[in-house]
Amino acid sequence: MPRITFIQPDGAAATVEIANGLTVMEGAIENDITGVVAQCGGSCSCSTCHCYVADDWMRALPPPEEEESGLIEFAWEPRESSRLTCQIRVTDALDGLVLHVPAEQL
Amino acid sequence: MPTTIIAGAGHAGGQTAISLRQAGYDGRIIVCGAEPAPPYQRPPLSKKYLSGELARERVFLRPESFYSRHDVELRLGNAVRDVDPAQRTVVLDDGGSLSFTDLVIATGSRPRRLDVPGSDLGNIFYLRTLEDADAIGNALVAGRRLAVVGGGYIGLEIASTAKGLGLEVCVIEAADRILGRVTAPEMSGYYARAHRARGVHVKLSTAVAAFEGDGTVRRVDCGAETIPADVVVIGIGVVPEVRLAESAGIACDDGIVVDERCATSAAHVYAAGDCTRHPNPILGRSLRLESVHNALEQARTAAANIAGTPTRYEQAPWFWSDQFDLKLQMAGISDGYDTIVQRGSMDADDFAMFYLKDGVLIAVDAVNRPREFMACRKLVPQRPSIDPVKLADESIPMQEMA
Ligand SMILES: Cc1cc2nc3c(=O)[nH]c(=O)nc-3n(C[C@H](O)[C@H](O)[C@H](O)COP(=O)(O)OP(=O)(O)OC[C@H]3O[C@@H](n4cnc5c(N)ncnc54)[C@H](O)[C@@H]3O)c2cc1C
Ligand code: FES
Repeated sequence: MPRITFIQPDGAAATVEIANGLTVMEGAIENDITGVVAQCGGSCSCSTCHCYVADDWMRALPPPEEEESGLIEFAWEPRESSRLTCQIRVTDALDGLVLHVPAEQL
Repeated sequence: MPTTIIAGAGHAGGQTAISLRQAGYDGRIIVCGAEPAPPYQRPPLSKKYLSGELARERVFLRPESFYSRHDVELRLGNAVRDVDPAQRTVVLDDGGSLSFTDLVIATGSRPRRLDVPGSDLGNIFYLRTLEDADAIGNALVAGRRLAVVGGGYIGLEIASTAKGLGLEVCVIEAADRILGRVTAPEMSGYYARAHRARGVHVKLSTAVAAFEGDGTVRRVDCGAETIPADVVVIGIGVVPEVRLAESAGIACDDGIVVDERCATSAAHVYAAGDCTRHPNPILGRSLRLESVHNALEQARTAAANIAGTPTRYEQAPWFWSDQFDLKLQMAGISDGYDTIVQRGSMDADDFAMFYLKDGVLIAVDAVNRPREFMACRKLVPQRPSIDPVKLADESIPMQEMA
């Protein structure tokens, strides 16, 4: 299973295995990752699954759809590297992905 | 050891347990649920779960291992039958009795029943639970005719999903517009056109007099008109589940009355979610909401207060609904608006409707417009006066509205 690392604002890191086909958000919830809230359960309607993608991973991800980029603009402190983790589907190509959890969601 | 008992294992009940542990509560937590399943999300039941896109194991709020890992006891298929707020005890369906330090009532709501002749025929359903969704899912076979009674969000979502599964679908609405209870006539008109354009029949001002059939439903008798149907789903709203609170003498008024702290009229008894009526300082009145956001945030508020951090729930409501290719996102409550402003194009399924009252922005309905929705979630609590001309002007980004 692809291994994905979540780094908290204080630097604490957790690497978890997420099954192919799930979203990164679902994997975060399953593994109790602090800071990934996911109020809308993956409907791309809340932005509370927002994370920053580590620099060297930015290009490995398919670009966000309009519905995602619109939400991100108004997420908590959006950056170039911002993504909604409920819109990232896990594949083998994401093995090793590193994400930074924002200090707040909204 | 302090003990929190949670009555109801839905969105709010599950979130209360999660938030209590996140807040560092180290007492005993017992979640008692009438349903056999651990807390799950209801929104997919009319959307991707019903269409078969989302597997069953993906609808749960947390994996079952979460509860054991965090020492949360689940008593499922075991409803709370009685509460004694003075003695601080509850009695469960299985006869067991438990004492609590704090109690959270999170009993949700139940579908309003349509009581007409023939309403007990086979293949007539309501949608609230996973079990309901499974039964409806089995009945939604391509080529069949589905009649949806009630043009609310859930009914329209079922219509959209069923259409996608290859059924012939008719929405039957008693009022002269769909979504009449929740939005403006302009939005009702838009959604009726959108459904019709995608092949759904929409019958307005049509009240169901009876269902007819031979064991299973075959026709919906609407007086002047009879609509053939192999499957019927009734979605005419919900009633708050207040029976437990009422019989315990806790104040109810179309919902369990709570304050901003989610506290009920009984000491050490809180309530959260669909079952409550709560004050909203942004709106300046009390209301009852049926939304995930409300369930989650009230749960978080009740949990924080139980864990010893005084917290108030005072946020702008928001809600979403997915139908066909239309992503509807709503923020605020449009009730009582005097001005409505459109930004974007209905024909292109790409627009937002802003609602103003005395010049103040109070709500938005956004279709495929996440920026307008998100901007309003942040703006509405500030009660901003915004020029309608500016709101309609697409050359001004939403970031510059405040
Ligand atoms: C099909 C469908 C689609 C929806 N779509 C959306 C959407 O897109 N967006 C949105 O924001 N909202 C949506 N909603 C609404 C949302 O799901 C609810 O507002 C939310 O689930 C409310 O959570 P709750 O915990 O208050 O109630 P519930 O989730 O209903 O949970 C209450 C639980 O308590 C149990 N219970 C009742 N009495 C007792 C008792 N005495 N003892 C123990 N247990 C008891 C019930 O069996 C139930 O399991 C939808 C609802 C449905 C049904
Ligand atoms: S979970 Fe709500 S936007 Fe991702």
